[in-house]
Amino acid sequence: MSHLDELESHSIYLMREAFQAFQRPAMLWSMGKDSNVLVWLAKKAFCGHVPFPIVHIDTTYEFPEMLEFRAWAKEHYGLDLLVWINQEARDRGIGYETTDPVTVTHELKTVALQQVLAARKFDALITGIRRDEDSTRAKERYFSPRNAEFEWDYKDQPPEFWNHFTTEVGAGEHVRVQPLLDWTETDIWRYLEREKVPLPGMYFARNGQRYRSLGCMPISKPVASNAATIADIIEELQVTRVSERAGRAQDHHERNAMQKLRAKGFM
Amino acid sequence: MNTLSNPATVSGQPAPVPEAKLSAAPPDHLYLVVVGHVDHGKSTLIGRLLYDTNSLPEGKAERAQAASKAEGMEFEYAFLMDALLEEQAQNITMDTTRVPFRTARRSFTIIDAPGHKEFLKNMITGAASADAAILLVDAQEGLKEQTKRHGFLLSLLGLKQVVVAVNKMDLVGYDQAVYERIRTELGEFLGRLGVTPSHFVPISAKHGHGLLQRSALLPWYRGPALLEALEQFRATPPIAGAPLRLTVQDIYRFDARRIVAGLVESGAVAAGDPIVFYPGGKRSRVKTIETWPNPSAPGAAPVPAGQSVALTLEDQLFIERGQVGSAPEDTPVEARVFTARLFWLHAEPLKIGDLVPLRLGTQQAEARLVEIRRTLDAVSLESNSGPTSEVKRHEVAEVRLRVRRPIAFDLGGRIPALGRFVLMRGRRIAGGGVIDGVLLDDTAGENRPTTPATRAALLGHRGAVIWMTGLSGSGKSTLAQALEKRLLNAGILCTVLDGDILRTGLSKNLGFTAEDRRENLRRAVELALHLAEAGVVVVAALISPFRADRAGAAERAREREVPFAEVFVNAPLSECERRDPKQLYRKARAGEIPLFTGIDSPYEAPLAPDLELRTDRETVDQSIERLADLTMNLARPPEQPFSSPGANI
Repeated sequence: MSHLDELESHSIYLMREAFQAFQRPAMLWSMGKDSNVLVWLAKKAFCGHVPFPIVHIDTTYEFPEMLEFRAWAKEHYGLDLLVWINQEARDRGIGYETTDPVTVTHELKTVALQQVLAARKFDALITGIRRDEDSTRAKERYFSPRNAEFEWDYKDQPPEFWNHFTTEVGAGEHVRVQPLLDWTETDIWRYLEREKVPLPGMYFARNGQRYRSLGCMPISKPVASNAATIADIIEELQVTRVSERAGRAQDHHERNAMQKLRAKGFM
Repeated sequence: MNTLSNPATVSGQPAPVPEAKLSAAPPDHLYLVVVGHVDHGKSTLIGRLLYDTNSLPEGKAERAQAASKAEGMEFEYAFLMDALLEEQAQNITMDTTRVPFRTARRSFTIIDAPGHKEFLKNMITGAASADAAILLVDAQEGLKEQTKRHGFLLSLLGLKQVVVAVNKMDLVGYDQAVYERIRTELGEFLGRLGVTPSHFVPISAKHGHGLLQRSALLPWYRGPALLEALEQFRATPPIAGAPLRLTVQDIYRFDARRIVAGLVESGAVAAGDPIVFYPGGKRSRVKTIETWPNPSAPGAAPVPAGQSVALTLEDQLFIERGQVGSAPEDTPVEARVFTARLFWLHAEPLKIGDLVPLRLGTQQAEARLVEIRRTLDAVSLESNSGPTSEVKRHEVAEVRLRVRRPIAFDLGGRIPALGRFVLMRGRRIAGGGVIDGVLLDDTAGENRPTTPATRAALLGHRGAVIWMTGLSGSGKSTLAQALEKRLLNAGILCTVLDGDILRTGLSKNLGFTAEDRRENLRRAVELALHLAEAGVVVVAALISPFRADRAGAAERAREREVPFAEVFVNAPLSECERRDPKQLYRKARAGEIPLFTGIDSPYEAPLAPDLELRTDRETVDQSIERLADLTMNLARPPEQPFSSPGANI
């Protein structure tokens, strides 16, 4: 088996374990490249079905192109799509126009996630985070418990080995299931290429620019690139030393911003 | 060539992926764990490897340098790894971290496992998924507690690809003698664990010597640099020639079909293959392999080890999570009691009598700690002295466990995934172990040696003694041999014990005095009881003319709880003498045999035998029918349920 086969197989194993172990699992979906790998893997794991709700936390700052892709993918994959907006925060005036990006991310993503979890009583969230994205994500487990306050106790994480995981939670708690932890950005692209997974067009260069990582419109910046194909992108990744999330403003707003966001429940 | 079936438009629709050559195949990938004593330089080594192989994001090294300057500290490569605030405060890596890096030849993921004693769980979490390990040892400090403990855990976790890095050579003046001393001492220690490092590489992580290429400061060292040594390792290959083991995760019923979803742990599986599921032994044949987006083509290559799979079966079997699909010709063990080596991670010790959930593959069962044979000190590899009733945190123990229902597994690391388990405490994984032996079910007693009941469970019947008494020529041997054949055909282990057998072997040294006859009979009784306790039905065909002797045999059997029946094989003396199959009566009448029963020594007929067979009035078949009924009843196992299917052990 190739390395990609191994990654794919283990991710499918993790997803099946999550589906089996939890009463009310859901999958987080952002329409981005990792999210699309996640949906693709779910279709493979469950023989063409996606047997749990797909949650998109809509910040209301989504690129129109991404929303079009969302509508297309819902139809194409037959997703049970649940779009959630923290309307209460928007009504209070929280937004990039008025507020710093860390607060906006917390309100429109983390708090929105808390809201949807409380409303739908999900006990497991399948996410597409990867260890190579960020040093705090590097310390994650495949099955990572969160307490009722949404907190991640990164100082005392449960042991996890030999394909055995934390699969029980208390009332109000949930587990983040993270099937893509071992994948690198390059692995994702190689897999998208191999499997011919449909993607939003914004990842490919237009007029000398492309998006390497896609988030909210006001804080996602394109990188200079002429990579018009996946092969081009992979080639580009072999030489770049700029981190993937460099264009995501909320990560860099202050020292340890990402850790603070994540300890409070950000993905 | 890329072609997409879906429409590609300018905006939100899936991107048109232009025609282009596919990217080159990715290099072989290796998961690498770095272990060793705290402060022997793990984070420095990793930071340095990332830095030297240009694997760091742009600006990270510069930022870390600036940050340490701002805080008035000397920059160290370890800072590159220490992402969390707490680590920077304590200078200790808190948790397992995974960092990818690559050389021209291959890509790696480094799993950084902490050296701090209480974080052993993280080290195991990391090391359990690695293909290879760097064991780091400080040249100045030499072997320390965790050097040995981690070496021991590498062997317990089954990691065979190990390279030792002798670090901080700069602090000992790049002295070969220091290196050789550590090499000898550590090599000897690891050798006792069955771990043979591929190389002992002298390095200075801090100054970058011996990492990417051999250093001029280490001219006496002839082996490869550390990275070269790492490039020689292989990603863990599937076990060659292993039979199919498919752990069932779930059964899906998205439509009318039942889809079995699981992981091929070893061997391979294809449509049409026979398959048998344990525990239970249900048999079927693989009907289809289910794949998406394209259905599996007929004649597709078998799904290999390591791959997740979904399949349907020819038969509507009730298969559930936890079962192990197996090749019919080489199946797993199914048992409830086994011995194992386990390590314990939980603060609360594991005590004898504790009942904890055990997970093996996708099976889960409640397991009781029945016995602690010894606990091992992971540093000295010596047994801890004295009996103990608990396994403490960070101890390794040889134990006996009993699960409440049978589980399927493989022994001795033959198929690692099927031979290792974790134990839970609350919601947490609290320990892990490797099964190294299987025992008969010993439900009857906690600490007793194997009992007749466990043997009965194994064989499906109990041992017993059928004591056939009667005159010479009454038909004892004929009936005994016919009975033996009948029982063996019915799957009941059976043997005949008669005068000829005794007199030519066990009692060869005895004559025919009254005392010698008594001794001969005593030996016969003891031998019969011993065999019966071992589960054998013993058909003793002996004249045994005296009531007191036969009563004594029955009494001994009662004492030892062996089922016993006295069978009187009865034919008149005249009839026996007429048959005289061995011409013994003729010899006795001629005075050649003294004290011959029935001639010049009495035969005391049983007063209340369990069965009397009149061989002068009934046919052999009629006698055998009655004899077999009696024996079958006697050998039937006790009513208590024996769930252990002995046939698999």
